[in-house]
Amino acid sequence: MKSWTRREFGRLTGAALLTALNQPKARGQAKARVVVIGGGIGGATVARYLAASATAIEVTLVEPRQTYATCFFSNLYLTGLRSFESLSHGYEALAKQYGIIVIHESAVAIHPAAKTVALNNGSKLSYDRLVVAPGIAFRDRAIKGYDEAAMEIMPHAWNAGQQTRLLRQQLESMEDGGLFVLVAPPNPFRCPPAPYERASLVASYFQRRKPKAKILILDAKDSFNAQDLFQDAWNRHYPGMIEWLPAQFTGGVTAIDAKTRSVITAGATFKAAVANVIPAQMAGRLAQLAGLANRSGWCPVDPVTFESALQPGVHLVGDAIIGGDMPKSAFCANSQAKACAFAIAADLTGSARFPAHLFNTCYTYLAPDDAFSNAISFKPVDGKLKSVISFVSKVEESSEVRRQAARAAEGWYDAFTHDVFG
Amino acid sequence: MTTPTPRVIVPNTAAKGEIFQVKTIISHEMETGLRHDDQGNVIPRKIINKFVCSYNETVVFSVDLHEAISANPFFEFSLRATESGRLDFVWEEDGGAVYMLSHQFTVG
Repeated sequence: MKSWTRREFGRLTGAALLTALNQPKARGQAKARVVVIGGGIGGATVARYLAASATAIEVTLVEPRQTYATCFFSNLYLTGLRSFESLSHGYEALAKQYGIIVIHESAVAIHPAAKTVALNNGSKLSYDRLVVAPGIAFRDRAIKGYDEAAMEIMPHAWNAGQQTRLLRQQLESMEDGGLFVLVAPPNPFRCPPAPYERASLVASYFQRRKPKAKILILDAKDSFNAQDLFQDAWNRHYPGMIEWLPAQFTGGVTAIDAKTRSVITAGATFKAAVANVIPAQMAGRLAQLAGLANRSGWCPVDPVTFESALQPGVHLVGDAIIGGDMPKSAFCANSQAKACAFAIAADLTGSARFPAHLFNTCYTYLAPDDAFSNAISFKPVDGKLKSVISFVSKVEESSEVRRQAARAAEGWYDAFTHDVFG
Repeated sequence: MTTPTPRVIVPNTAAKGEIFQVKTIISHEMETGLRHDDQGNVIPRKIINKFVCSYNETVVFSVDLHEAISANPFFEFSLRATESGRLDFVWEEDGGAVYMLSHQFTVG
């Protein structure tokens, strides 16, 4: 946790420096307006760091929800190891301590020429710079039959909230000996290790409560993130409980039948007691509507300023962007958001630019007392975000090292969410 | 110790002379033979060392497996439909365990 503290200290120093540079120039001028759409990790971080570093900027955050529940650590809630409340964060501190104008409405349209955003309630917001942090949406018809109604029977639980609660209820009411089928999505998707962390923690829950239950992962891929670490852990902790089938065997998931809770692949049909279907993903709806996404479904951005390559004056951060080597993780969104905030502050106030330092740090649970971690730094190279230095846990680490990682993860969560939501 | 799960995906029917795909995978507790237990003893190797597919008791596809192959070996191969009957799949594991699956197949 020492490195976290140092890094955190570095960011705060940067923020203080910016404030000092900005203040003289701002006096007597009208404030520049930045609107941030989306109060997830990326959006909330941009808003906070802009508001904290540049008093000459008025920051408005548009987010329909009153509280945000983190996707990270939601697998702990799913398996009874954490309360839902512990994942939930409000926007009060951002409003009170940082003077951010928080509007609980949905943004429905962006007009880049007029520099306005239309809200669900009919009102309009004007901006000098716009930041869009739309998160993810599911690709239409990626899996035949998987519509809104089917999601209530076979939840995705890939946005933390009601879906996560539903999946937890289903797992709790499942009979011992039942089959839990997890459909894992194709790349790229939000949080690469998360489907497999979910399988691990559900296995741990089954071992405690339903020891005859089985888990079947039907993957859209032929390999997955940290596969060696997961498969080693599955053999050690849950022998014979988790079976993973690659797309090359099943031919891939093509459809579901919600009536029978069946998952249909090109080669076979699997009937589940509980099914968790995580479909293929793309940038959130607003990004698609506003022409911020290219044909890949994701948003191309400048890797230094995170300004859209398609719409000048609009910036994007988080899961929706084409992040190069940066995975779609909350910590990456947070790191991109800081670089984006400082770039916008520099543009609007004329303050000095700083080279962006981009990081990812993640903890992944294999069992309640067995976690692994990674730490990766990134920098822009030839218009793309490339990894520079990386640390990833190894298969042969001692159980004590893993126990320490599981404990460190708790501190990481608290420090990280404090950094975002105050 | 748990029972491995052998799986096959193969059509139930085919026209005479038609070439069809067979896919197999087995998930088991693999040991590389390179790891040590808490007392420092080598944990014996436990890999799938042989896979055989027979079509009406004639071997049509056979593989000897060694280290550095996927923990849960996956095979995809093609067969020609000649007559109705049975496909037998056999996996042999270090330590002598044998796992089997059979599939009835109709040539129409």
